Amino acid sequence: MKEMKYSASRRNWLRMMAALGAGAVSQFIPDGVRQAMAASKLVVGAIYVGAKDDFGYNQSQAEAAAALRKLPGVRVVEEERVPETIAVQKTMEAMVNEDGAGMVFATSFGYFSPYVLKVAQEYPSVDFSHCGGLWKPGMPKNAGSFFGYIDECVYLNGMAAAYASKSKKLGFVAAKPIPQVLRNINAFLLGARSVNPACTVSVIFTGDWSLPVKEAEASNSLVDQGVDVLTCHVDSPKVVIETAERRGIYCCGYHVNQAVLAPKGYLTGAEWNWETPYTILVNNAMAGKPMINFLRGGLKEGFVRTSPFGPAVSAKAKQHSLAVKARMMAGDFVIFKGPLLDNSGKTVIPAGVVQAQRDEVLESMNYLVDGVIGHV
Amino acid sequence: MNMYRQALDSLRPIVAAIVVTAGAFALFVAASGYPAVEALMLVGKGAFGSGFAWQNTLSRAAPIMFTALCVAVPARAGMVIIGGEGALALGGLAAAMVGVWWASRPVVMVLAGMALAAWVTGGLWIGISGWLRYRRGVNETISSLLLAYIGQAVFNFLVEGWLRDPASLNKPSTAPLDSRDMIGNIPGMEVHWGLAWGVLACLAAWWLLRHTVFGFAIDIVGGNPRAAKMTGLPVGRLMLAASVLGGGFAGLAGMFEVAAVQGCANADLMAGYGYQGILVSFAARHHPLGVIAGAILIGGLGASNSLLQRHLDLPDAAAQVLQGLLFVSLLAFETLNRRGGRHA
Repeated sequence: MKEMKYSASRRNWLRMMAALGAGAVSQFIPDGVRQAMAASKLVVGAIYVGAKDDFGYNQSQAEAAAALRKLPGVRVVEEERVPETIAVQKTMEAMVNEDGAGMVFATSFGYFSPYVLKVAQEYPSVDFSHCGGLWKPGMPKNAGSFFGYIDECVYLNGMAAAYASKSKKLGFVAAKPIPQVLRNINAFLLGARSVNPACTVSVIFTGDWSLPVKEAEASNSLVDQGVDVLTCHVDSPKVVIETAERRGIYCCGYHVNQAVLAPKGYLTGAEWNWETPYTILVNNAMAGKPMINFLRGGLKEGFVRTSPFGPAVSAKAKQHSLAVKARMMAGDFVIFKGPLLDNSGKTVIPAGVVQAQRDEVLESMNYLVDGVIGHV
Repeated sequence: MNMYRQALDSLRPIVAAIVVTAGAFALFVAASGYPAVEALMLVGKGAFGSGFAWQNTLSRAAPIMFTALCVAVPARAGMVIIGGEGALALGGLAAAMVGVWWASRPVVMVLAGMALAAWVTGGLWIGISGWLRYRRGVNETISSLLLAYIGQAVFNFLVEGWLRDPASLNKPSTAPLDSRDMIGNIPGMEVHWGLAWGVLACLAAWWLLRHTVFGFAIDIVGGNPRAAKMTGLPVGRLMLAASVLGGGFAGLAGMFEVAAVQGCANADLMAGYGYQGILVSFAARHHPLGVIAGAILIGGLGASNSLLQRHLDLPDAAAQVLQGLLFVSLLAFETLNRRGGRHA
């Protein structure tokens, strides 16, 4: 590949320049490149749409970036609360121009189009990794997407919830009815129903990724309806988890481990483990190999993980959950298979059809399965 | 000579505000355990220290010029409009739809149609506040803010429903514009044409307010609506006109976000430009030329925030503190400097 050669030769060139200690020449080289040369390190940029300590999605990414700092030969620069506007484009350009970044992690879904695509074209020797899984053939070869199959962990959340629940009414606070979110809600219900077919999941969509007040209202309203286990898919689960604990019910975490926010009621949680793809991609770049354009994994590959069980999880629940988890780790467990009805009674997966983890049909999910109370 | 002295006089409070802000920010940074002097140098370097920094700053400033005019123009007629965010969103949506529906027409026509649609939509939206004020006596500050929330809800409803491109799975958006219809960069710069149009809009607003009978009348309405009525000015209609004009500018901000940056309309249009415009307009004393400088200042703060985070690991909140300090001191020194009466 042309880009690879270019990037490898650029790195060699940098090394050569550093070795020569070409002080005079370096006066004419941009700041960022000079810094990279001085350090002879791979500079990795990480960009987050929210705060690095949000107890949620952005924290899960920042934890992986923090892990990168420990790798030899890697320097990390970060920027938080970067909106999905021209600001993120300029931040990526600045990371390349001012910091000499050789790799950029753009971690918010909305960063990809048009920003990552545009900047990747401008700087063909820099690798751009986007979290969300949108890269398709024909897009810049130095850009790529990584993502994790977290619905496996959410399914295990559902199982733990079903064991803990007395009312068999579970609650789900969700941001928007988009495929990624619907897949988690459905997995939660299917996990719960695998334990007790009487379980239902009531879902409330707040309308956006970070609306703490609405999330609190939704949580309280679900508890008032008799829900006794809450979980969520919003950028920061903090409010939902804290509300559940305050109201004396159980909860399952999302994005990162929120056990400290609910020491009594926290059952388990679906966590990202972005350290795995980050490390794969950075090692790949340091080896001078071409960018990995499409990178996915689930529990088996270590892209996601479950929080340790909380005190309220029974021995039986643990045993059952660990058995299913072992099958997921072995790669022979399928969450979405027919016959499956949506909550209006329509067949969405006919009998005999199996949609395994990597089936692309699941990426355009637009239904809530039978047992979920709510509508898209 | 007099003109120079006037210019110097108006610069004095700005310089004082910047000095005080720098001092206070340095203290704050040092107290939080970060290197203060380096932080100050990085603020300057990140915003204006290089060609790249300038382009970074100007790219961020472009939309704020338009949204600040949405505050500045009605303010001259005595209205405090703070709902530009809603007009921006709906204007951007209208522009995106014209861009999609007219995709087969000549580029100039598509862009003109988009601009017109954005202008009219934004104008009508803020016009509602103006109309409510002069017909029903509803406070325009409250009504424009509430209308911004309604506008954003309408925007989300449409973009996630009827106007959604079915291909936009995890990020509901309208159908993308043809790349042919996208507005490019100013030659030789990494800044899109929205900046040039933003400056032009500020100049046009200044000319209109300063050098036309209409602008003079609006100033009188803003100074004393009762006196204006006594002299026979159509106060209600002038207020309505000022709010429609201002809303039109916010709509244009949305149009440029769609046509020069996003390529479609989605929730990212509502990134806070409407609210930053309020800050800029007040700091500029609602003077359209001051708006240009104020918007560049906000853009520069955004660019230097980026550098501070990357080089010193300062949290984003530190940049918010800097922005807060700067605008409070700008307003404070302006008040201290004022020797009675308005001078525009």
